[in-house]
Amino acid sequence: MSKILIRGAKILGGEPQDVLIDGETIAEVSTGIEAGDATVIEADGKILLPGLVDLHTHLREPGREDSETVLTGTRAAASGGYTAVFAMANTFPVADTAGVVEQVWRLGKESGYCDVQPIGAVTVGLEGKQLAELGAMHDSAAGVRVFSDDGKCVDDAVIMRRALEYVKAFGGVVAQHAQEPRLTEGAQMNEGIVSAELGLGGWPAVAEESIIARDVLLAEHVGSRVHICHLSTAGSVEIVRWAKSRGIDVTAEVTPHHLLLTDELVRSYNPVYKVNPPLRTERDVLALREALADGTIDIVATDHAPHPHEDKDCEWGAAAMGMVGLETALSVVQHTMVDTGLLDWAGVAERMSFRPAEIGRLAGHGRPVAAGEPANLTLVDSAYRGPVDPAGFASRSRNTPYEGRELPGRVTHTFLRGRATVVDGNLA
Amino acid sequence: MKRHLISATDLTRDDAVLILDTAEEMARVADRPIKKLPTLRGRTVVNLFFEDSTRTRISFEAAAKRLSADVINFSAKGSSVSKGESLKDTALTLEAMGADAVVIRHHASGAPYRLANSGWIDGAVVNAGDGTHEHPTQALLDAFTMRRRLVGRDAGLGEDLAGRRITIVGDVLHSRVARSNVHLLHTLGAHVTLVAPPTLVPIGVEQWPCEVSYDLDAVLPKSDAVMMLRVQRERMNAAFFPTEREYSRRYGLNGDRMARMPEHAIVMHPGPMNRGMEITAEVADSDRCTAVEQVANGVSTRMAVLYLLLGGSEPAVTTTRTEENN
Repeated sequence: MSKILIRGAKILGGEPQDVLIDGETIAEVSTGIEAGDATVIEADGKILLPGLVDLHTHLREPGREDSETVLTGTRAAASGGYTAVFAMANTFPVADTAGVVEQVWRLGKESGYCDVQPIGAVTVGLEGKQLAELGAMHDSAAGVRVFSDDGKCVDDAVIMRRALEYVKAFGGVVAQHAQEPRLTEGAQMNEGIVSAELGLGGWPAVAEESIIARDVLLAEHVGSRVHICHLSTAGSVEIVRWAKSRGIDVTAEVTPHHLLLTDELVRSYNPVYKVNPPLRTERDVLALREALADGTIDIVATDHAPHPHEDKDCEWGAAAMGMVGLETALSVVQHTMVDTGLLDWAGVAERMSFRPAEIGRLAGHGRPVAAGEPANLTLVDSAYRGPVDPAGFASRSRNTPYEGRELPGRVTHTFLRGRATVVDGNLA
Repeated sequence: MKRHLISATDLTRDDAVLILDTAEEMARVADRPIKKLPTLRGRTVVNLFFEDSTRTRISFEAAAKRLSADVINFSAKGSSVSKGESLKDTALTLEAMGADAVVIRHHASGAPYRLANSGWIDGAVVNAGDGTHEHPTQALLDAFTMRRRLVGRDAGLGEDLAGRRITIVGDVLHSRVARSNVHLLHTLGAHVTLVAPPTLVPIGVEQWPCEVSYDLDAVLPKSDAVMMLRVQRERMNAAFFPTEREYSRRYGLNGDRMARMPEHAIVMHPGPMNRGMEITAEVADSDRCTAVEQVANGVSTRMAVLYLLLGGSEPAVTTTRTEENN
């Protein structure tokens, strides 16, 4: 395999250095490296990050190939600077058997744009009644270590307790979609001032917070670790902060959209803003940013949720919940966290690469940019500013809430084990 | 006035007074032997009803017909909508048929807003009730009824409802009538008090331009009009209140309670009434209850809305107009 020399890159935002890639590995990191026969990429002060890792992606295949496939989803991931994504289990059929997770894993291998690590369902058919064969999924070629009924909450306390305990046998973790189902029947948006006015069914913060409170206590009781998906309220932040201070093994993620958007946008009744958990208030947004900065929230995960046009081109009540996010995540994080001074680029690498790989026990990703490490890298032009144009997305779906919005930062190059998947902002 | 009527908040005080004054003119037409005006001849009004509501539909139908518009009734039941056609495709179909105005009733909050703002159709959109959001023409006909009764038919012209104390009682949480009334009555200068069990008041109500009370008996003596909202008996099953009888005891209007109201105060109900639930037969059938009057006023008010949205600046009611110069 050929050599690539990235010249003058600010690794994690530090002083400019040269990085030599030889084959699948980083061969050398220093200044003034001779190019020799290597292909030279002039980084010119761009930021070099470890390849991003998304712990929460919906690739939709098998079943909803009209929204996304493993191939289109991983192309979108590469465009956004990701070298690994965890694929959620709510496909058709549900990824609740070794067969389905192996199918997704194999499709990921074939795509070549980004590693795909399947997530297995906690319960059969996501129905919350009977544990899926978690051990079989772990022992399969897919080697599943993260289990989630995402889209639905594991609301039965006994089933949740058993799942938390059971996966300890193979170092697994349960990622909980925290949503008390009875409190959210018919829920359409955040419950508060705006929902009262718009007459849309409310999704109260307490429906998320009560489940998180229960689950951190369960995790403490059985000595397991638990991961909280897409945490969205200021109250949830306080509970997780309390749990961590108590020594409970809990990790949490926040989505880019919950770091930026609020329920005021729902006044347009435009379903592009319909998402679960719903957009919250300004107060919540600020609390989430602060929590991500101080480490209470461990990581950013996209909850990339592609939907076909017709599922958003309709009245609010009939629309599907979810937003695409892989191709805008880093820009939103730069906008909300870096440009505001809350986080430096080392902090971004920690929250979008190192920690997600660690939580998901994913080898070969989330590694330092250093000699001998796998060459999974993302080069970011942080000086770029431009409007979001969904027409240019690699994803099959266009349901972004940022259309036309000016956002900073652009991924110019992505390398997956030394192979460029994105060059000069275009898929290779 | 705006091009569409989606929310009571679309109306300024002057817009609302203009509609009420125009509705009075329309009401006079209803007293004539021939109740028809040529104003909207050749224009097409579509009643697009995704939800059963015979009362509202026939009210809009009568209003459009008295203005000589062609009326098409499009009911979701037994149509292509029940076969899975989207709101968008239905809208594009109506647009292709040349609808000048679409009167829409929909079970989803915001559907009329989407219809008006999505670029699917060019015609004016009138919200005839969307989910638990708004029902602005109901609020207008209620305001019309209040102005007539509390200010006077002729004395009311050009006037608003400044200083009047209006009490709205019942299932505010699920009520589009309450939302539209709160906004419109506030715009018209009235003081609104909502009375309901706390379970039937939305979280976030503190931002509304009104007061909230849980005590009906305390509010009644300070009310110029008391509007009783329909309360669905099934709400009991979702634990909004324990039993129908308890609701009725605490929040229903009976003869004894009506006697606590000031002499001039009226009882209103948007219909259909649940006799024995939120209102007793004694109250419903009394002279102070305007429920039937509200239905009649609904036609005049909707005529005014359609005329002002579609007819433009021409006078609504002329005695000299002939078919030739129209």
